[in-house]
Amino acid sequence: MSVRHAMLALLSEGPKYGLQLREEFEARTGEVWPLNVGQVYTTLQRLERDGLVESDGTAEEGPQKSFRITGEGEQELADWLRTPPDLSSPPRDELVMKVLVALRMPGVDVHAVVQAHRRYLVELMQQWTRIKEDGAGTDLSMLLAVDAELFRLDSVVRWLDAAEGRVKRAAADGTLTWADQANPGDQTRAPLPRLRREMRTRR
Amino acid sequence: MSMLELRQVSKSYGQGSAEVHALHEVSLTADEGAMVAVMGPSGSGKSSLLTIAGTLEEPTSGEVLIAGQPVSRLSRGAKAQLRRRVIGYVFQDFNLLPGLTAAENVSLPLELDGVSGRKARVAALDALGQLDLSGRAAHYPDQLSGGERQRVAIARAMVGKRKLLLADEPSGALDSVNAESVMRLLHEACKNAGMTAVVVTHDAQLASWADRVLFLRDGRVTDQTAPAAGPESLLVPDGKQ
Repeated sequence: MSVRHAMLALLSEGPKYGLQLREEFEARTGEVWPLNVGQVYTTLQRLERDGLVESDGTAEEGPQKSFRITGEGEQELADWLRTPPDLSSPPRDELVMKVLVALRMPGVDVHAVVQAHRRYLVELMQQWTRIKEDGAGTDLSMLLAVDAELFRLDSVVRWLDAAEGRVKRAAADGTLTWADQANPGDQTRAPLPRLRREMRTRR
Repeated sequence: MSMLELRQVSKSYGQGSAEVHALHEVSLTADEGAMVAVMGPSGSGKSSLLTIAGTLEEPTSGEVLIAGQPVSRLSRGAKAQLRRRVIGYVFQDFNLLPGLTAAENVSLPLELDGVSGRKARVAALDALGQLDLSGRAAHYPDQLSGGERQRVAIARAMVGKRKLLLADEPSGALDSVNAESVMRLLHEACKNAGMTAVVVTHDAQLASWADRVLFLRDGRVTDQTAPAAGPESLLVPDGKQ
């Protein structure tokens, strides 16, 4: 998360001191992302340099210095909120790699590989769900942050389920093929690099 | 004490070449107050496991024990009593009777068991109250939202201080917020009311409410989660982020 925009968001509620900004940032993120004082002041100095916040110039540097957001800062914050983060290119997913490698290695039980990852993910999800149980029920930011993590992990479990189903069906139908087996001479055309090339041309 | 135990339970349907093995030597223990989830894809044997645990079907081999009692040694009548007094069922499609109000739906199992109409109604209203449905007691199922209908079904499964709750995809037909509140209620029924719940689902988010998750594949339990660590293990130590 961008500390810079988080500071602007906190200042959009009214003028605040540096120390106060740090405490509020930590409280609102459910103390999941600790922040050190240095980070707060460096960020504020840069925001001031860029004209996005202003301070009461008379006070000395330190916890007593108060900051407020400028018109330009408010515009920057509004733009940031509506700008989607870059999700267009597929990340280099280690888990996808492992399952693809497992499929091609003789003697490896793909289902056992898939299950080892699934169990780990579900155990992690159980831990996140415990947070919901343990009275975090009224802290909306905390619930939303926990939900985001649960949905992310859940999507990976669902991918594993789908992958397992697909492999099972392909094995039963005898339709398991690889791109390089379709073109035996071309060893470089492994499925993933090709996929990546196609994604790139589409962008 | 274990409220439910399955010992090497197998189930097959049909004979000869048409024989289908739904379950292979499945063993499972659910202690009092525990919530256990069984996770697996469709066709993995989840529903067979639940109907056998609920004594609605008999295993081909193996043994089911409820509150320490081997079910196979019970008479038909005793089994029927077990189903009415000890076990509560929750299904994906709620299975409420359309011509009855919420309160009547909830009191029905008690009345079938010979409890007087008045006592059954008091117990039903109490169960509905526990699930925040006091204001809905006189409503018919078609006047309730999906989430409310499922809460009525949970009240019906809990009414009369039953001990074992068996749920088959209990929130499958609900959106994620309502699904979560159903799982939260089942979880609270275990933690606060000392019930034991076995929930079968293909959904990892729902399964993660359970204390323990068993993974079922092709009729076999292939794996299970380790005892859950506390949420503190997720917190990032200072300076790592």
